[in-house]
Amino acid sequence: MADNILEMRSITKTFPGVAALSDVSLAVARGQIHAICGENGAGKSTLMKVLSGVYPAGSYGGEIVFDGEPVHFRGIRDSEARGVVIIHQELALVPQLSIAENIFLGNERRGAGGLIDWNRTNAEAATLLESVGLRENPVTPIVQLGVGKQQLVEIAKALSKRVRLLILDEPTAALNDVDSAHLLELLRRLREQGITCILISHKLNEITAIADSITVLRDGRTVERLDTGSGEVTQERIIRGMVGRDLDSFYPSRLPSPGEEVLRIEDWTVRHPNRDRTVVDRASLHVRAGEVVGIAGLMGAGRTELAMSVFGRSYGRDITGRLYLRGREIRARTVAEAISHGIAYATEDRKRFGLNLIDDVRRNISAAGLRKLARLGWVHGNEEIKVAEASRRDLDIRAPSVMAVVGKLSGGNQQKVVLSKWLFTDPDVLILDEPTRGIDVGAKYEIYTIVNRLVAEGKAIVLISSELPELLGMCDRIYTLSGGRITGELPVGEATQEKLMALMAKDRETAR
Amino acid sequence: MTSTRPPSAPERTPSGSVPADALHAGSSDPRTLIMNNLRQSGIFVALVVIVAFFAALTDGVSLSPGNITNIVLQYSYILVLAIGMVIVIIGGHIDLSVGSVVALTGAVSAVLVIQQDQPWWIGVLAALAVGLAVGAWHGFWVAYAGIPAFIVTLAGMLLFRGLTLRVLDNISLSPFPAEYQRIANGFLNGLIGGEGYDAFTLLIGAVAVAAYAVTGFRIRVARIRYRQPVESFPLFVARVALVGAVVMYFAWQLAHARGLPIVLIILAVLVLGYGLLTRRTVFGRQVYAIGGNLPAAMLSGVKVRVVNFWVFVNMGFLAAVAGVIYSSRSNGAQPAAGNMFELDAIAAAFIGGAAVTGGVGTVVGAMVGGLIMAVMSNGMQLMGVDQSVQSVVKGLVLLVAVAFDVYNKRRAGANR
Repeated sequence: MADNILEMRSITKTFPGVAALSDVSLAVARGQIHAICGENGAGKSTLMKVLSGVYPAGSYGGEIVFDGEPVHFRGIRDSEARGVVIIHQELALVPQLSIAENIFLGNERRGAGGLIDWNRTNAEAATLLESVGLRENPVTPIVQLGVGKQQLVEIAKALSKRVRLLILDEPTAALNDVDSAHLLELLRRLREQGITCILISHKLNEITAIADSITVLRDGRTVERLDTGSGEVTQERIIRGMVGRDLDSFYPSRLPSPGEEVLRIEDWTVRHPNRDRTVVDRASLHVRAGEVVGIAGLMGAGRTELAMSVFGRSYGRDITGRLYLRGREIRARTVAEAISHGIAYATEDRKRFGLNLIDDVRRNISAAGLRKLARLGWVHGNEEIKVAEASRRDLDIRAPSVMAVVGKLSGGNQQKVVLSKWLFTDPDVLILDEPTRGIDVGAKYEIYTIVNRLVAEGKAIVLISSELPELLGMCDRIYTLSGGRITGELPVGEATQEKLMALMAKDRETAR
Repeated sequence: MTSTRPPSAPERTPSGSVPADALHAGSSDPRTLIMNNLRQSGIFVALVVIVAFFAALTDGVSLSPGNITNIVLQYSYILVLAIGMVIVIIGGHIDLSVGSVVALTGAVSAVLVIQQDQPWWIGVLAALAVGLAVGAWHGFWVAYAGIPAFIVTLAGMLLFRGLTLRVLDNISLSPFPAEYQRIANGFLNGLIGGEGYDAFTLLIGAVAVAAYAVTGFRIRVARIRYRQPVESFPLFVARVALVGAVVMYFAWQLAHARGLPIVLIILAVLVLGYGLLTRRTVFGRQVYAIGGNLPAAMLSGVKVRVVNFWVFVNMGFLAAVAGVIYSSRSNGAQPAAGNMFELDAIAAAFIGGAAVTGGVGTVVGAMVGGLIMAVMSNGMQLMGVDQSVQSVVKGLVLLVAVAFDVYNKRRAGANR
């Protein structure tokens, strides 16, 4: 038997009406990187909440043995005292506070009289930042950092607590490839320093690259445990365990048949809303009917900013440039105008910007096209339900009914609700910003299938994604964006990840 | 370009036998029905319990014809304010100024009608105009200047109280002419006679019950046509019978007192109108969308500023209606009129299930919340409970009601 730092035996956790975990076992060897894979709803997050004490001892069945002795964590403080630290998918940093303040939040470095010793705080923070490879001043407020750097601050914070088992829940979901690679490199370094790590991720390429062993969960049960040492664990192998079947391919095939030009953007320039910075700089691009056009770019390249500014100037100020719809110049000064011109934008952050999480599926679907269901301001409620039901069927939204609250659906199903909302406005151009972020493999495939169906119907699709394989698999043409400028345009036949990366990193400094 | 899902006719053309289906279809599993409406039904149950509680403690006096009439007359203006307030709260805002606006609109009306001998309706129109102007003022600052409503209406509370003092020159004005007093104290009765009771009140009650039954049945038929779940027919009949019995009991009691209060008619029209406005119109739905998730509403094409502006204009309008009713009821205008009304209205909305964070709440809920406060105050007054105790009890009820709501939500959320 290997030297296991953690063993979770026969963990069972039930919520009213559902068994979230049944008889799950997990063994993590000391000093390894252990990955947990599974589709959304498989029980990964629940298992980690049991481990970290979010669900206190007694609320679940089974046994947890940490470092050779049984433990009964009653809360995060208990588990952190033993060196078990979890970093959640949604980062838990206070934006207005500095890096150093965040690192020592709840764990302040005090001096005489219980007052905070700022010199020690900032000096220790600087050391920790160095160890995670983040070159920032510890007094910098978190708001000024990108997501990638915030992730590093979270890890520095974990290190400050003398972490022995670090749990990362989807750490790279919001990161671009460069930042992701950076993070994985850091995890390898931490492993050399003897820190054990549990990694939850949907990005299987990362898992096969970095993990020493893998536990696959499905429907709240342990399916199998794989050791990557043998070199036989491929992504396809993991997927088979996760979904219980083989997926033919990541990307459904489609015959390209571009038609006439639908949307053309010329010389598009956007300034940051409250800083003196140009975020999109004279960008020009076009998209044809029945075509998927990709936009590749690193974090901060201006992809979302470009899309949102085109979508009714919902981002930025001093926007200049021209928009043409089927050759005719249009103005879209408000979101409502953009929608009426047949432009739709599905946001990268569906929880914050895409959905009213406390409302039901039906009203979320009708939110953007409500006027189509109304006469003289009166909504036809039954017609609305019918529309929602049709979407539920067409897009296979797995919800008990269209009256179900959206906040309780899984990420993939929430994304389908967002798509339904925009499809109901009957757009000609659909801008999809990170449409598969944080959703599981099966749901991704379904989203791709929906995209292909829309393209076949003659819609023009703009696909913004941080995952280059996704762009290469789905698009007909790909633009690269760097520092707010279009730095390249490649037909998918000529594009490779290496070429795209080179273009995405090009000219970055000079464009600022 | 073709739509993926054209919102055209139903997939299955409605068959001629739909009304027949309406008699048989539906589920009557009481658990699902209760669970689906827990928030709403919980508050109704609470109201019934409180009514029964005070009826028992006062030996039925609280349910006597005279007292029921009194409750309607005494608390109608709070209920009117609560209608506007719940809409403001659904939108994610708050309005702390309504008490001052009640005072200001009443004062303007009093100055015109009492001091300057204008006809009663000039006073009413002027009050409404002032209310709309106040609402537009708040709406401008909240919607277009982007100042939080808490600050804007806190300023408004001071501002309009000050203006009230100025308008009234620090003195009270009274009395109003008889026509003006009738608004809040008048009754429609004797129109079609009756021996010892007012037949007209009973007739209106019967008409209301009939309208409720017919509308309910039509909604039921429509829902079945669209193949949505409905309650079983016996349950539907039971529900209509129960509501009908309550309404007719209420009408019967009123008929044996002084007849149908005019304010009750005003209130009924407002509740009905605003109930429809919030549930069935694009405007109402956009208020919920804004309160539920502001950026998402914005990115769905909702004209957030316009909607917020009109939410406050509407609050100003309803504050003016309450101002007219209150000045009529108190037969004059006083510098301190309407003090703390905003808190009663806010409490009514929250007891009625509105969420502090916005996006949740109903007009009917706010009315029930307001009635709970009204029945409690009235009951405690009948029992001669000390003012200090009354205040403590009301405060605790507000706290417990919202705590219960939060607890329920947390339990529901734990399923995730």
